[in-house]
Amino acid sequence: MTDHEPPSPDRIPSPGSRRPTVVSPVEAAFRTEWPKIVATLTRELGDLQLAEDMAGEAFAEASRVWRTGGVPHRPGAWLLTTARRRAIDRLRRDRRFEDRIPHLAADLERQPETATLVDDQLALIFGCCHPALDDEARVALTLRSIGGLSTAQIARAFLVPEPTMAKRLVRAKKKIRAAGIPFTIPARDQLDARIDAVCGVIYAVFTEGHTASTGSAVLRGTLCDEAIWLAETLAGLMPDHDEVRALAALCLLTDARRATRTDDRGWPILLADQDRDRWNHDRIRDGMRHLVAAGAHAAHPGPYRLRAIVAAAHAGAPRYADTDWGSIIAVYRMMRDRGGGAIVELNLAVAIGERDGPAAGLAELDRVLASGQLDEYHYLHAARAELLRRSGAVDRARDGYARAIECCTNDAERAWLADRQDRLIADV
Amino acid sequence: MKYMFLIYSDPTAGPSPESPEFGAEMQQWFSYSQELGESGLMLGGEGLQGADTATTVQVRDGATITADGPFAETKEVLGGFYLVDAKDLDEAIAWAAKIPNVGYGSVEIRPVMEFDN
Repeated sequence: MTDHEPPSPDRIPSPGSRRPTVVSPVEAAFRTEWPKIVATLTRELGDLQLAEDMAGEAFAEASRVWRTGGVPHRPGAWLLTTARRRAIDRLRRDRRFEDRIPHLAADLERQPETATLVDDQLALIFGCCHPALDDEARVALTLRSIGGLSTAQIARAFLVPEPTMAKRLVRAKKKIRAAGIPFTIPARDQLDARIDAVCGVIYAVFTEGHTASTGSAVLRGTLCDEAIWLAETLAGLMPDHDEVRALAALCLLTDARRATRTDDRGWPILLADQDRDRWNHDRIRDGMRHLVAAGAHAAHPGPYRLRAIVAAAHAGAPRYADTDWGSIIAVYRMMRDRGGGAIVELNLAVAIGERDGPAAGLAELDRVLASGQLDEYHYLHAARAELLRRSGAVDRARDGYARAIECCTNDAERAWLADRQDRLIADV
Repeated sequence: MKYMFLIYSDPTAGPSPESPEFGAEMQQWFSYSQELGESGLMLGGEGLQGADTATTVQVRDGATITADGPFAETKEVLGGFYLVDAKDLDEAIAWAAKIPNVGYGSVEIRPVMEFDN
């Protein structure tokens, strides 16, 4: 079966907004209706690829028919019925699915109830993020089947050749079919673990967009937009699940700083130097709303809520000097005590350096460095160089930057680190 | 769908045959097999003799090559299997997770190939 590309708006560069400037009715319907139609059809047809193909055909037909015949009263209903008609035509040619035709034909016009629609979409998300699929496959499937991104768009976002991404999707769908990976809401005793898996996929999409590990751009906005949309969609489907709301909060609050995180050259701008008036205050408001809701149910904050609290401490500070480092340190200590790992230790050391001065920060950082775990991590060496600079140890700072440059694989960040190293001499 | 549970473990990792823990684990195997049988999902299952009794057969260019030992020399060896008929992978995983030595071994779940006729 071919991987039909629906007429999705090309949202790839559009930083800061997921909406293209001119939105056709089909494009407007695409964002909200694509996941619903794929989810409903996946249940009705029992095959994800077939569901995507038929949804793609329905959108293709919409872009032909709606232009001349006008937009139907209920676009979603029109699209689903059209997709079902296409499915019946297709199934007539395929003996394997013959038994599904009478059911489809009888309910051609029937629209799923809201509760069914919620369950279908959750089932689709849980299926795409199933732990029996490898991490890359989960991410690709989620963006394709739920986000509606084309294979080409996902390939571009992850800087891999399109055939590579196409192969990854084909392999994932083959495993789903062969291994009998179900599109269902998991049993109660599995639910929390499976929600964690879904959150992990969405957060992986977000971090991939937020910090490109290789290549020249530090930010790849589309993936952040997709992750936020996925997180908010999931939060809408499971409003009472704290960690889901916290994930949405974390992505929104972090992404609020997007426009100010890099300069015209694509070099990073430190939090201290960012123009806070240019932070996205809609994002901050939405993020804070999710974070408040995320605290409503459990006394024991989960990992996403802890990270969101740190992001909120930054987003809520009018000036860098107003940052509540005490709260941030408390959260990082909580993460560390739960076995947060070396990265948490690094963040904690930096926060201590901000609150108690470079000497205190360096003492903590040297302990992290001595553990050896982050020896190849350029942020550690950059953070250390920064604290050394502030404490006046220029020569050691220069060595620190040299080590950071050595470890860094991102072109823009390397250039920025080299620049900071050069400035050390000028500052003396 | 039919699934094969391939049960791998390091033969030195489990309780030794003389220990009381060994008897307890054997009891768990009997109860697990019984529970799986009563669920109606079980199509078959056996324990296997040790990997030191294994013979690996390959045919290359028409010649049969037999070799002493299991196919892959690893610490964890295939020790037994179950064949089950489960609704989907989630149901299979739920049963596999109950296998007595899964705490120190691993269970590979393989869908059984089905042929249309």
